Amino acid sequence: MQVNEGFKPTIVAFCCNWCSYAGADLAGNNRLNYPAEVKIIRVPCSCRVNPMFILRAFQRGADGVIICGCHPGDCHYTSGNYYTRRRMSLLFSMLDYLGIERERTRLEWVSAAEGAKFAATMNDFVEQVTKLGENKRLEDLRCKQ
Amino acid sequence: MQTVTKEMLIAKAAELLDNGSVTRVFGWQKGEFDYDVTPALFHSAAEMEKDFVWNDFCGANFSKYLIKDKGEGKVLVFLKPCDTYSFNQLLTEHRFDREKVYAVGIPCDGMADIRLIKEEAGEGVTGVDTEGDELVVHTLYDGDIRLNRGDFLAERCKVCKSKKHVAYDELMGDDGEIADSARFDEVAKLEAMSADERFAFWQNELSRCIRCNACRDVCPACSCEKCVFGNPKSGVENKAASDSFEEKMFHIIRAFHVAGRCTDCGECSRVCPQHIPLHLLNRKFIKDIDTFYGEYQAGAEVGSRAPLVDYTEGDIEPSKAVERGGANA
Repeated sequence: MQVNEGFKPTIVAFCCNWCSYAGADLAGNNRLNYPAEVKIIRVPCSCRVNPMFILRAFQRGADGVIICGCHPGDCHYTSGNYYTRRRMSLLFSMLDYLGIERERTRLEWVSAAEGAKFAATMNDFVEQVTKLGENKRLEDLRCKQ
Repeated sequence: MQTVTKEMLIAKAAELLDNGSVTRVFGWQKGEFDYDVTPALFHSAAEMEKDFVWNDFCGANFSKYLIKDKGEGKVLVFLKPCDTYSFNQLLTEHRFDREKVYAVGIPCDGMADIRLIKEEAGEGVTGVDTEGDELVVHTLYDGDIRLNRGDFLAERCKVCKSKKHVAYDELMGDDGEIADSARFDEVAKLEAMSADERFAFWQNELSRCIRCNACRDVCPACSCEKCVFGNPKSGVENKAASDSFEEKMFHIIRAFHVAGRCTDCGECSRVCPQHIPLHLLNRKFIKDIDTFYGEYQAGAEVGSRAPLVDYTEGDIEPSKAVERGGANA
């Protein structure tokens, strides 16, 4: 059942060049559907994603942010995704603490061979954010009503 | 009641200045009122006799001042137990030369919070003296008011994490113990609220921010040569020029930048002119780090590896982490 009918969320997906970005390519080659609301930003490694990027995306109107990186142990630069995992664990927990729905952020491991997983993840994430509706909270945080 | 007296500290400084071990002293300088205490640099015992003060309002942490101190010879610095954690953390980050510092550890019995005192005593507080377990507040209109000292300590002192000095060249008085403090209780209380309540709480608190940057300037962990919030090209270096983004995100980003390095000294909340409980952001990170990656106290030892520049293969996934650290913990 679709809540928020007609609402199209804006999703920013940070994808690692070496795995999930290629995974997105594979999803395309295999003619797998995933929503057009997902805007992919290619990064050299998931650990390139500064927590500020995520907050900035939310502030500029994103309704959800997802970060895709190589599976633990498979990082092109050996250990980047391990650092990402620690950072995002803390950041997502902090956003939750500030009262921002935890469902709007996600970290997923998608390899270059997992086109199907990429499409499924994106479909799932878009559905999840659509249910939550428009994101106002990060924009409102400083403005007392 | 502080066990070490002002006279003992001046005598110690005079002795070290006289025998040439140090050339200058970081100490607290009295202001117009007993509670207006300013950090200052003294060069002689005579200067100290005149202006030096050691009372229940000497909260300032001198660790950060050592970074910018570039004088000849050694500098004497008085460190309370919680200050020594910042001292160690800055040493870990190679921010000052240990050889140029003579650190004297002094016991601390907690610092009073003038805001709480003024709330209780009302208008016209002209001075505060300590007599044993009582604070004697001198007021213009109501005469002397006696308050129970323990109730008017700063929040960070009520839940003091350690009375033990972790760094010093010389210790005055007795060393204390690391306390089993309840400092995460407030965080847990917030976590137990619903997401909407938490959002309302933080919106109310952060909306008061005037972006004076006092929290950043006083923070021993915020000692980057170039700060992301100080870049004039970004248009966010002060309130007038800042766009809405920086005002909202400033505190989240700042807390994240010090995550894993914050020793929980509580200086941010002490200096905030708007009384925003900023320590609750830092403590959330500390609590999460303790939960996810094992107990870690920044500054407890020199050279320890901060949790965010380290990893293990079996670290918790963010999806699970939010559940454990968040409301459903």
